[in-house]
Amino acid sequence: MSSQRPESESTFELQSAIDADSSGAYAVEQALAYGESADSIATSADTGMEAVVGAWRSPGGQLLRTILGIALFLLVAGLVWEAFKWLAGDPWRFPAFGYEHRPPFRLMQAQDLQLPHLWDIGSALIEPVQRNADQSLGQFLIGAAFVTWVEAALGFLVGTLVGILLATLFVHSLPAERAFVPYVIASQTIPIIALAPLLIEGVGRGLASVVFIAAYLTFFPVTIAAMRGLRSPDPRALELMRSYAASRWSVYRKVRLPASLPYLFTAFKIAATASVVGAIIGEDPAGTANGLGRAIVNFNQQYVTGPEKLWATILVAGMAGILFYLLVRLVEAFVLRNRRPGAM
Amino acid sequence: MNPDSTAIPAAVPARPPVVRIRGVDKTFPVRGGAPTVALQGIELDITRGEFISLIGPSGCGKSTLLRVIGDLITPDAGSVEVNGKSARAARTDRDYGMVFQAPVLFDWRTVEANVALPLELMNVPASERARRVTEMLDLVELSGFQRHYPHQLSGGMQQRASIARALAFEPTILLMDEPFGALDEMTRERLNAEVLRVWARTGTTIVFVTHSIPEAVFLSTRVVVMSPRPGRIADVIDIDLPQPRTDDSRESDRYFELVTAVRESLRGHPTGSGARTRAEGGIG
Repeated sequence: MSSQRPESESTFELQSAIDADSSGAYAVEQALAYGESADSIATSADTGMEAVVGAWRSPGGQLLRTILGIALFLLVAGLVWEAFKWLAGDPWRFPAFGYEHRPPFRLMQAQDLQLPHLWDIGSALIEPVQRNADQSLGQFLIGAAFVTWVEAALGFLVGTLVGILLATLFVHSLPAERAFVPYVIASQTIPIIALAPLLIEGVGRGLASVVFIAAYLTFFPVTIAAMRGLRSPDPRALELMRSYAASRWSVYRKVRLPASLPYLFTAFKIAATASVVGAIIGEDPAGTANGLGRAIVNFNQQYVTGPEKLWATILVAGMAGILFYLLVRLVEAFVLRNRRPGAM
Repeated sequence: MNPDSTAIPAAVPARPPVVRIRGVDKTFPVRGGAPTVALQGIELDITRGEFISLIGPSGCGKSTLLRVIGDLITPDAGSVEVNGKSARAARTDRDYGMVFQAPVLFDWRTVEANVALPLELMNVPASERARRVTEMLDLVELSGFQRHYPHQLSGGMQQRASIARALAFEPTILLMDEPFGALDEMTRERLNAEVLRVWARTGTTIVFVTHSIPEAVFLSTRVVVMSPRPGRIADVIDIDLPQPRTDDSRESDRYFELVTAVRESLRGHPTGSGARTRAEGGIG
């Protein structure tokens, strides 16, 4: 064996590593591992730049980008909202500043009753929830959101657990898959509005039935994604496990389940928002008195006298869903931090 | 036929075969078509410590034969005996190491955790696991990459990690299915030398599927030439190049004679010029 071989090999593989992966930070690490001299790697300015790019691409950076994206979207949506009112809404009057604007067009949809100003919604949040009440609308809604959130989180847990268990059964048993998958799909064609009253008859009013409805909306995407994910390993990976005489349980735990995680997290993100919707829908028939669902029903009835209250509730409900989504995203970024870039 | 063929029994050492294949047939059904006869009448003995290459055009059943030996495919007829027991018993005894064309590393495990996987499944204690993983990574020259993830390695390095994984539990037979088929020529030649080094150090019996004639000749003690439709063994060519094989082996006259012999055999003229040949199996 010639003594030159390992040397030429490392340079060769370094090159192929750089070719294979465009992430600069990684290439530097690779080069250092090979003991390349510092100046052959990159200039310090380059590594600085690559460090920034690396941080931007890191899981934490991805989460930051998600949050910035959501903030940017809300900002743009708010601007469009007010621009619409500026063009076709009710007259804008700010006596304190002596400002008055008469929109050039009139559209019913842009009037204050249909589409209140964002600042009116904002000030409604700090005003008392009802005349002579101690609590502001904002405090009330945050309390309500918390109630709904707990229901949604329980529904999410139950739904994802059921989804993963069903998928595990279906992946390991073709007869079970043939027999039950059509019913899993059919379950999603039944309107939840129709199902809820029947459910209350069976389960009774209260937390259990709200959790059931939230779980009902979440188990489906999880089942479908988990089936796909559990089947995602390379057939050769399964052959490899077979050559080790590995048990089904080992194959499941060491190969199928870890391979399914990227698929599962995609479903968890859908399930997170769906569970909030499920909890809100379930609250009214289940008779939950202090959740967002009941608040929506109440403020809907008071809409003509205070449209801002319903809009504020809708905004808070949306925020609850987004928060749940971000939480799942955060866990995903942590769990999948070492996966191949782009696998998320 | 080559007059030398009578000398063969003396050339094969009188040790018991590690793999003994008798009359193996395998047919795959084809939806809406005639079934594919992947293997027909396969007879083959492999001796301990041999390096056997299976070579042949696509569809000749070489990968199927490899999987039949490893009990990943059950033959329709015939018997496969490995280490004196059935192929199934050999598999449950963990006698096989497998290396595929793709490295099949798990991207959520570090290099060391990938190599340790078979040891985990075999309930090897953690300290022993760590010792063997270090030893194996050293063997394939991947020391220093224990904590890397597969996607951080080049294709050649990934394949070396998969070889380390296959050897980690000291299987008696290493089954390699075109392990270097997806790599470039330079990497392939380097890994060929590396496999020979590992083979010499571990004494493992290797069954190696390949498309490449030079690779088969350079690596093997015997080359099994297969022909398609139906898949059968057309020829078995002894490779009598001296051991250990080096870069010089690739430039010897004997090497070129043997490459020519294998090529001729693949074209359907199993009378290798200067090579000792022996037809085994087939319909004969």
